[in-house]
Amino acid sequence: MLLNLLFNLRNQGLKVGSGEWLAFLRGLELGLAVSLHQLYYLARTVLVHTEAHYDAFDVAFKAAFDGVELPASLKDELTAWLAEARQLEEGRMGHHDFASLKAMRKELEKRLAEQKERHDGGNHWVGTGGTSPFGNSGRADQGIRIGGEGGGRTAVAVAGERRWAGYRTDVQLDVRDFKVALSMLRRFGREGAEQLDIDGTIEKTAKNAGEIELDIKRERINRVRLVLLMDTGGSMEPNAALVSRLFTAAKALKTFKTFEAWHFHNAPYQWLYSDYRTFQRKPTAQVLDGLTAQHRVVWVGDASMAPWELFQGAGWGEPGPTGLQWLQRFSQRCPASIWLNPDPERYWDHPTVRAIGATVPMFPLTVDGLRRGMQRLRTAS
Amino acid sequence: MSSFEGSARYIADDGLLADVNAAVVLGRPLLVKGEPGTGKTVLAAAVAESLGMSVSTWSIKSTTKAVEGLYTYDVVQRLNDARFGEGDVRDIRRYIRFGVLGKAFVAAERTVVLIDEIDKADLEFPNDLLRELDEMAFHIPELDETVRAVHRPVVIITSNAEKELPDAFLRRCVFHYIAFPDRERMKKIVEVHLPGLPEKLLEAAFSRFYGLRRLDGLRKRPSTSELLDWLNVLVRAGIPPEEVMAKFPFPGVLLKQEADLDVAKIRR
Repeated sequence: MLLNLLFNLRNQGLKVGSGEWLAFLRGLELGLAVSLHQLYYLARTVLVHTEAHYDAFDVAFKAAFDGVELPASLKDELTAWLAEARQLEEGRMGHHDFASLKAMRKELEKRLAEQKERHDGGNHWVGTGGTSPFGNSGRADQGIRIGGEGGGRTAVAVAGERRWAGYRTDVQLDVRDFKVALSMLRRFGREGAEQLDIDGTIEKTAKNAGEIELDIKRERINRVRLVLLMDTGGSMEPNAALVSRLFTAAKALKTFKTFEAWHFHNAPYQWLYSDYRTFQRKPTAQVLDGLTAQHRVVWVGDASMAPWELFQGAGWGEPGPTGLQWLQRFSQRCPASIWLNPDPERYWDHPTVRAIGATVPMFPLTVDGLRRGMQRLRTAS
Repeated sequence: MSSFEGSARYIADDGLLADVNAAVVLGRPLLVKGEPGTGKTVLAAAVAESLGMSVSTWSIKSTTKAVEGLYTYDVVQRLNDARFGEGDVRDIRRYIRFGVLGKAFVAAERTVVLIDEIDKADLEFPNDLLRELDEMAFHIPELDETVRAVHRPVVIITSNAEKELPDAFLRRCVFHYIAFPDRERMKKIVEVHLPGLPEKLLEAAFSRFYGLRRLDGLRKRPSTSELLDWLNVLVRAGIPPEEVMAKFPFPGVLLKQEADLDVAKIRR
């Protein structure tokens, strides 16, 4: 059952490391989860590291523990178990050795059964204030604490409520989210003006027994150059606000060595526009010439258009390379390129989306996608 | 060892209690995230009070270095003493000063350490603390000594998510996200801070407040502390509940940005 949880978590895309899993088992061993409720919280706190994954965790937890089979003669077992528990309490405080994972799982199943009993039958379970035979050292003197949830909801029911769905990675991105993600793009080099580091000088001088030793450093400068290319108008209209937030964030960050932004429609053709309304534009070839392998290129667009708009001619009947060819040229020159797509991934099964995705690594324009995209930009170069 | 049960002035839900206790028992740092004003920083004090431990705070700034939390070596003082002072300057130990974490490691009793707003620091900061938080030990090269925690302190770390924290760091923490309180819990929180408010006023103020929070496009959604301020103003000005609904008095207490005030006006 526990392994079920592990596999379900993996299915939900939560990568649980062995370190965390061991910590979770240790928590069980120490008696941190004597009810399904506590098991839920223990697993979540140890295995999940961001609220964006809380919902995925809920889904996995529900799948793992929903409809857990219970033995028929629950009451007898319960009584027997409690008797044993009391005995243990009177005898030694504490040490109960879980010989193996299997034994532990069995115990856990038992406890889950008890939890169920409490809720279904409205039985007054004796657990509160009692003493757990499980767990060593720390917790033994403390007793089983049953979660104080009044309505008697089971943890599975809580998980089933999906109250964290709004925190999922596909939540609305605001300017701050963009800033947080974009600020991952840093590559510092000491190439600014020379400066006397006063604290460093004092430190070095003192270490040098008072002989003056100057500490001169160059300013740290972020070497990342960012180019933002945005699909504008048409099917991108509903995403205009989102894209403008990304633009605002990138512009406001001021941490990049250079930042430039261009607009295009559907795919890049002969011209890129710095402002669509005034038709200020620059030949795409010139923009491309200005780029180096150090530039980080971020495309934003839904990538879906009529196939001829990508594969043939130059979009609006102008001569020159096709949209796809332009994309390929950009990617060749700037290996650190990504495409952010505001459309949900289920719409990506479209010829032009596939073709673009094959040329530039594509990520959804969500908190999670953005993060993965930035990581990609950080590592590629 | 006793467990954290919340305190008279700190209303914690089941999940938070469970997660704090997990951190205490497992000896892992607890990373707390949540919207501003959900009580991340005061949690440490409440935990300390409930467990009968003392608490020390390490407030992180953009220039804070990881080693400062462990110890600093006051070379300048030593130089000064060598020239003008008295005492044995050969004893470097006299010039090693423990930081907040360092003090907690050598303390005779288990203490609570609050590392406040870790996301303010440089991106590398959490990585520099990985081993120290994992093993609860650090090395002082000047003395060639290793300081090992006598009792693993209860470490509570808050983050406003200004920056992403590195994965390796996250894996070593237990994590809790403080959800924004729903009406029921908010009522309890208000009762703690402003006892005895008339039910009708609360209802009206809550409707307005939660309505605002649901609005799309706010730059900063009003939080608990702003609600408390607003309620305080409403009471002092003697505003009747009907007016709270009809007029939305003192909006500036809840919304601090002009653009947000416009949004609220338009979508009312």
